[in-house]
Amino acid sequence: MSAPAIDPVRTPAPGAALGRPSGKQRSTPARFDTALGWSDRPGFGLALRILLCVIALAIFAAPFLTILSGAFSRNPSGSSLSFLPHHPTLLNVKVAGERGIWDYFTNSLVIAGGGLLLQLVVSVLAAYALARHRFRGQALVLTLFMLTMMLPEEVIAIPLSLVLGHVPVLGLDLKGTAWAVILPLGAWGFSVMMLTEFMKDIPTEIEEAARIDGVGELRLLWQIVLPLCRPALGVAGVLGFIMIWDQYLLPLIAAKDPTDYTVTVALSILRSDPQVGSGVVLAGAVIALLPSLIVYLLLQRSLVTGIAAGATKG
Amino acid sequence: MTATVTAPPRRRGFPKQAVLPWLFLAPGLLLALVFKFLPMGKGIWLSFFKVRPFLGDKWVGLDNYTRVLSDHRFQEAVSHTLLLGLGISLGAIVVGFLLALLLEGQARSLKLVRTAVFLPVVTATAVVGELWRLLYYPTSGGLVNGALGFLGIGPVAFLDNPDTALWATMVMGIWMAAPYNMVIILAGLAGVDRSLYEAAAMDGVSLWQRLRHITLPAIRPAMSIVLTLAAIRGLRVFTEVYVLTGGGPAGSTDVWMTRAYTLGFTRNDIGGASAASVVLLCVTLLLTVTVNYLRKRGDVR
Repeated sequence: MSAPAIDPVRTPAPGAALGRPSGKQRSTPARFDTALGWSDRPGFGLALRILLCVIALAIFAAPFLTILSGAFSRNPSGSSLSFLPHHPTLLNVKVAGERGIWDYFTNSLVIAGGGLLLQLVVSVLAAYALARHRFRGQALVLTLFMLTMMLPEEVIAIPLSLVLGHVPVLGLDLKGTAWAVILPLGAWGFSVMMLTEFMKDIPTEIEEAARIDGVGELRLLWQIVLPLCRPALGVAGVLGFIMIWDQYLLPLIAAKDPTDYTVTVALSILRSDPQVGSGVVLAGAVIALLPSLIVYLLLQRSLVTGIAAGATKG
Repeated sequence: MTATVTAPPRRRGFPKQAVLPWLFLAPGLLLALVFKFLPMGKGIWLSFFKVRPFLGDKWVGLDNYTRVLSDHRFQEAVSHTLLLGLGISLGAIVVGFLLALLLEGQARSLKLVRTAVFLPVVTATAVVGELWRLLYYPTSGGLVNGALGFLGIGPVAFLDNPDTALWATMVMGIWMAAPYNMVIILAGLAGVDRSLYEAAAMDGVSLWQRLRHITLPAIRPAMSIVLTLAAIRGLRVFTEVYVLTGGGPAGSTDVWMTRAYTLGFTRNDIGGASAASVVLLCVTLLLTVTVNYLRKRGDVR
């Protein structure tokens, strides 16, 4: 079982995931740059490529424009979607606000912030132990973290909801609190594995020296190892955020009543509300879409590197 | 705890060195234990019981399993799951490969197009579901039906018709997964030795042969990983279906997990739902272990 990894030494520059490393000298003509041999000179090939790009954009990106235009259109009917809003208005957002969309949004932010923080702390600590210490049962621990990736919320949903209602030993009822969503997200095998692989490839000399100087383990981790892990932390952070924001079943089973829902789950409430039209649902969708969109646009490079690296090593 | 951890290890003696890693691992292991492995164990345990609130659980042996597995709605759900998983995996590979071939390159405009095309991957599944409910709007004003109208095909009630609902779900699944595969395949394409393309051009090799003999072998490892990941993900598909169709109409899009969810939360048949989940868990584990074994063997060779 090999771990998914972002490799600080062998992995090509981040840009490689989206093409070739840009610093490289171009030694061959452009038409050997791509598998299909696209030429960048004007001609039939270029025209065809532009046409196909437009089609790809129409299929994969244009629907997002319809969300936007629908959310800001006065006419809240799903049967008249277009790319530009008619009679632009903020009415839908206002109605969605009256239905509590901002409360759901706050729930989402609390869960995403808390969950991500917990996930990162847990992963960094575990990865440090796995990468820097040799101990008995190491292989077993690694296998356990691998297994957490194969135990997604979907498969254990029913018993998990029982556990959330009555945490053993403590006897707590977490349902209806943000903890019920945050805690199950804490141990994510993927980010543990990735950080472990990354830390293994950081040279140990500085740490050895610091250790001889009597620097404690926690300070060592915080001041020396962690700053070197920044690229991997970026990847773990952005993938973790997208993963948490995408959660559906977990907030659904962790809720005691609908006010505990996250914004993504709450969209179905808006939809089934007979008094509001699809314009309001779309306004909710825009609000639910915005955070992941911002994170994606800001940290696109980390995200793409993470997906490419995680997948090429399985 | 902090004191023990931060104290400088003067002596590389046994106790401290042995305890230290476990302190670092404790939070992760504890969370995994309570919220992953305990529910798993509990699920396996409950699958052998008839769960009755307030009355106490009653041991029923394999009853839940035989009942669930012989239920024809569950059998249908499993076959929907397999069809959906297979269709989405293969469809997303093909579309992702085509996208990667189209959008491979350095130009800034291509980067912009890739950024836009990747949007479905980062969008929460629930949002995608709401979006597609509107795209599939059953009158000619809906975006998909509007486009079909141009081709002279009448409005189709995609999600309300048992014959089309599963296929409509599959298209949405492909739409979500294809750009993800595109990124992985692009990473594979970036690793292809450019001089091979040049050599091929000198030998007068056709474009098709070039793809077949240079590009495909180079990205085969990436492809096999994409396929197995997708297959395993496909088995536990839930949110896509739950948001888009809720398993309907008439159970025509019911999948493994929506069925288990209905059993557990709507019908309060915890034992049956657990049995269904345990079977799914076993299949997933079996598939993962097999794939890992095959891959390891492939690596050695």
